[in-house]
Amino acid sequence: MKLLLSWLRELVDVDLPAPTLARKLIDSTAEVESWETIGADWDPERIRVAEVVAVEPHPNADRLRLATVETGAGRQQVVCGAPNLAVGQKVAFATEGALLVDGHTGERAKLKLRPIRGVESAGMVLSEKELGLSEDHEGILELPADAPVGRPLVEQLGDVVFDITTWANRADLLGVLGLAREVSAITSKVLREPDLTYAAKGPDVGALVSVSIEAPDLCPRFTASVIESVTIGPSPAWLQERLHRHGMRPINNVVDITNYVMLETGQPLHAFDFDLVRGKRIVARRATPGEHLTTLDGVDRELDGEMLVICDGEGPVGIAGTMGGGNSEVSDRTRNVLLEVANFKPGSIRRTSTRLKLRTEASLRFEKGLGPEMAEYAQRRALHLFEALTGGRIASGLVDVFPGKQPPRTIELPAARVEQVLGMTIAPDDVRRILTDLGFVCHFVPPGHYTVQPPYWRPDVAIPDDVVEDVARIYGYDKLPATHLRGPLPAPEPRPVEDLRERVRDLAVALGFQEVITYSLTEQAKLARVVEPGDARRMAPLSVVNPVAARHSFLRTSLRAGLLEAYAGNRRQHEGPLRLFEIGSEYLPVEADLPHERPVLCALLGGTREARWARAGQHRIDFYDAKGAAEALLDGLGVPASYRPEPGYGLLDGHAAVVASGKELLGVVAQVHPDTAAAFDIGEPVFLVEFWIEDLARVLPERPEYAAPSRFPEVRQDLALVVDVETPAGRVLDLVRAHRSGTVRVAAEVFDDYRGAGLPEGKKSLALAVHYRASDRTLTDDDVARIQAGLLKRLEKEIGAALRGG
Amino acid sequence: MTAPTSALAELCADALAALASAADEAALEQWRVAWLGRQGGRVTGLLTSIKDQPADQKAAFGAEANRLKRDIEAAFAEKHEQLKRRTLRELSTTEAIDVTLPGRPQVIGRLHPVTQTLRDCVKTFGEMGFRVAEGPEVEWASYNFDAMRIPEDHPARDMWDTIWVDKLIDGERKMLLRTHTSPNQARVMERTPEPPIRVIVPGKCYRQEATDATHEWMLTQIEGLAVDEGVRMSDLKGVLYDFSRKMFGTERKIIFHHSYFPFVEPGVEMALDCFICRGEDPACHTCHGTGWIEILGAGMVHPEVIENAGYDSNRYTGFAFGIGVERVALLRWGIEDIRHFYQNDVRFLSQF
Repeated sequence: MKLLLSWLRELVDVDLPAPTLARKLIDSTAEVESWETIGADWDPERIRVAEVVAVEPHPNADRLRLATVETGAGRQQVVCGAPNLAVGQKVAFATEGALLVDGHTGERAKLKLRPIRGVESAGMVLSEKELGLSEDHEGILELPADAPVGRPLVEQLGDVVFDITTWANRADLLGVLGLAREVSAITSKVLREPDLTYAAKGPDVGALVSVSIEAPDLCPRFTASVIESVTIGPSPAWLQERLHRHGMRPINNVVDITNYVMLETGQPLHAFDFDLVRGKRIVARRATPGEHLTTLDGVDRELDGEMLVICDGEGPVGIAGTMGGGNSEVSDRTRNVLLEVANFKPGSIRRTSTRLKLRTEASLRFEKGLGPEMAEYAQRRALHLFEALTGGRIASGLVDVFPGKQPPRTIELPAARVEQVLGMTIAPDDVRRILTDLGFVCHFVPPGHYTVQPPYWRPDVAIPDDVVEDVARIYGYDKLPATHLRGPLPAPEPRPVEDLRERVRDLAVALGFQEVITYSLTEQAKLARVVEPGDARRMAPLSVVNPVAARHSFLRTSLRAGLLEAYAGNRRQHEGPLRLFEIGSEYLPVEADLPHERPVLCALLGGTREARWARAGQHRIDFYDAKGAAEALLDGLGVPASYRPEPGYGLLDGHAAVVASGKELLGVVAQVHPDTAAAFDIGEPVFLVEFWIEDLARVLPERPEYAAPSRFPEVRQDLALVVDVETPAGRVLDLVRAHRSGTVRVAAEVFDDYRGAGLPEGKKSLALAVHYRASDRTLTDDDVARIQAGLLKRLEKEIGAALRGG
Repeated sequence: MTAPTSALAELCADALAALASAADEAALEQWRVAWLGRQGGRVTGLLTSIKDQPADQKAAFGAEANRLKRDIEAAFAEKHEQLKRRTLRELSTTEAIDVTLPGRPQVIGRLHPVTQTLRDCVKTFGEMGFRVAEGPEVEWASYNFDAMRIPEDHPARDMWDTIWVDKLIDGERKMLLRTHTSPNQARVMERTPEPPIRVIVPGKCYRQEATDATHEWMLTQIEGLAVDEGVRMSDLKGVLYDFSRKMFGTERKIIFHHSYFPFVEPGVEMALDCFICRGEDPACHTCHGTGWIEILGAGMVHPEVIENAGYDSNRYTGFAFGIGVERVALLRWGIEDIRHFYQNDVRFLSQF
């Protein structure tokens, strides 16, 4: 909604500078997005109002004329090319040195006078373009006939145009009057309402037209008036100017009046050519499904049975609250006008305009909820203008069908509620003054409550707290103190999965991974590269109806695709190792319910580290770096885990393991299959670590398994074990680690895996560092020898291991 | 009987001469083994020979031998110290390294800037007693809209351009990507039989919106909700004031101005004083010359929302707010384009 300062000033005295007024409106009323000052650089000395007193042909040019203008400081002759120049016009006249927009180049420049085709010109009669008002350079700008000659143009035409966004519940603010009322309340200046008076000299309107409402649930009120014998013509310049500045195109005086009154009051109006209204009868009813109407914009529209149509004796002539029909449009030939000002149910108008994809100035206002009493107000205001501007004869009375008439609403507001809600007291005098300025009727009933009647233009005010808001916003939120919450603290809800998720996030960071956040929506084709084709749930992701882009059409059922994309994108920018992770949700469809949002850690790593200085060689990140990260992460959580080879979709067989703890599967460590990586434009080995947070949560120890550090020293023995090549090292380690002997604990690591010369065919040698420690004594050489012998015996029995060289 | 004494003096002279010729730590160690070594060291041997001396000379010989040992040991210690000093001197001179060569790259992991900001916000509210809850990103329209007093065919729905899930249940489209975290007001109240409630709900939201430097279709919000007897709008101001000063500096000022959200009454928007231009630059990109940066929407929970939870709205009041985490992150770090966050370029991410 645009707001012209000049128009506002007609209704309320405003002497605040534009930024101050904007700030006050933002604080109390609506969002002021920006404002534009018209005429900021019009030199008041050099650009003034003048009157054209004579027009003669140019002696040397057919398309130019010589105009004599009265400037208030004498008459001047100018050369002018505008076709619309005429004697008696008030125009904007510039003298040498005035800063103007050049009509041809569009650049700002000072006016320099020189003879045109041999005739001196004392100045220039200006078009809108030269004043920077529009791109119109065809004709000169015509000023209102009452503009005083000699007046600086900036006083005549200068203005500030505010661009205001109002709230969805305030239709009244889509009219200058509503905004003026707010300004009046904010600044405590008197509101001057527009003139609603007129003389009805025509016949009784009831004898001319009848109105019936067949759908009172959609149409609470319908008023109609008839203006006979109008003279269709252009509106006066001041009115056209205002429409222009609101971004509306002037059409003729009748249509312009309806638009003008809508801008002024917020209430839409519609004028019919009365002679085209068949049967002199108006019916507001639901459309018949499939019924058609060609609207004013020339589009044929099919209606449904929930849409309200305005019909004459034979059929639809308008879609209620949205757009009129072309069949009853006011034209140059119109003699008699039927003026409709009605009230419609907001939801119905909203639905209709949404279905028809037809948002109009009218529908935008109706859908926000206008008070039905506004209809009569706007009727009277329009009739005042019809009388003044069309020469028409106004029929007596109004046709007024008002099935939705309600008694005035009364709200009881306990004075204590103001403080209960706000945390500050506002004196009864202030409450009463503010509400009265806003048009409420307010009585303070001692000892402690207000009886409040909201004005009819504020249907949004329904409960006591609505009244509290109106008082508070005008009183000023700057007066609201900042206090501390009091009272008891609620008990926290346990959230084990979320807590674990954050621990895992921290561990991933501690392990050198950079967190990324990828979009939750992706493409099905990308998901298909990483999801097992047999995984019916993940292969049928939920899609969205209206994605922001086709590549964001499906709710991801795996994080891998997004992360591989992020990896590829970074690889293009970055040499060296890359370690990325994301913790986010897979959205797994559930029949007839919201999807399961399953939190997952997905990490990728790859690349080559240069050793640099003093140490030679490169280190290419491989499976064991990924596994090391997985192990460290689980170690950080205190979750014991085992790894077993298992192929996975999109993963490289023989380089993929599932991670388990007991029977619970926790995740995957694997090399991404080179084909899959290539599909994401990754040309190097890349490794995946994935953990499923909910599954991890099930095996997470409540607290670490604590044992006091032993006071007794540990004994390390290195063992070289010869085993079958197929025997996984993990199996050997499991056996060693599981070995117990009294109070002695055995810990073990593999530090070498040797195959080749010196070993029998089909065998490998694993070098183990075995640590023995007792909790109650220092182990002797004999102790260790005995335990080791037992261990070796067991290893031989279980996996046929032998001591190398033994 | 001077022979032993002169023999000792000779031995001592030999030892010291050999010591003087030890040029480095290795030679010194050789010398030490030869002269002071436990097994076969010549000085050590001298001492073990005390017992072989005639009884009347034992004492004198022993004293002499021990003095000799002390002298030699002292000389050794001095020589050792000398050599150590020299080595250290060499390390700092001839063996000095080029410290301007880069170090070996070490990996450092970082949280995403949105996560960092989210955590800082959560911590700040946590210190004020707010618990944390979460809710689903894929949400029922009834929670996202209806429970928040935004019925179908209400123009307030224009405030949230919605991405709908393509799934019909009972012939109706009921599922959407939540447009805000506010449905969790209803969800939290629903599972809390009676106030007090003091909770924040962080999470991702989605909007059917074209992206530009200040708009992203996936965003992170933090919903705040406090419901209890005696919760006032001034408390809301206090909480948000604390939050603003924690996140943006202790000298920050805040203002509330009027706004409209169907689920709060009164409704406000909060703005911070512009800490970029301090209200002095009419062309400021951050505050657009207004001196104030709008940062979040808030208000008092609408009595109808309180009643819907089964609470008595005459007794209980509440406030709610919604914070855009990306917006906070943009402001605190002076980032010019919101789209950086989800492009996941490590060159961007690793700066925070």
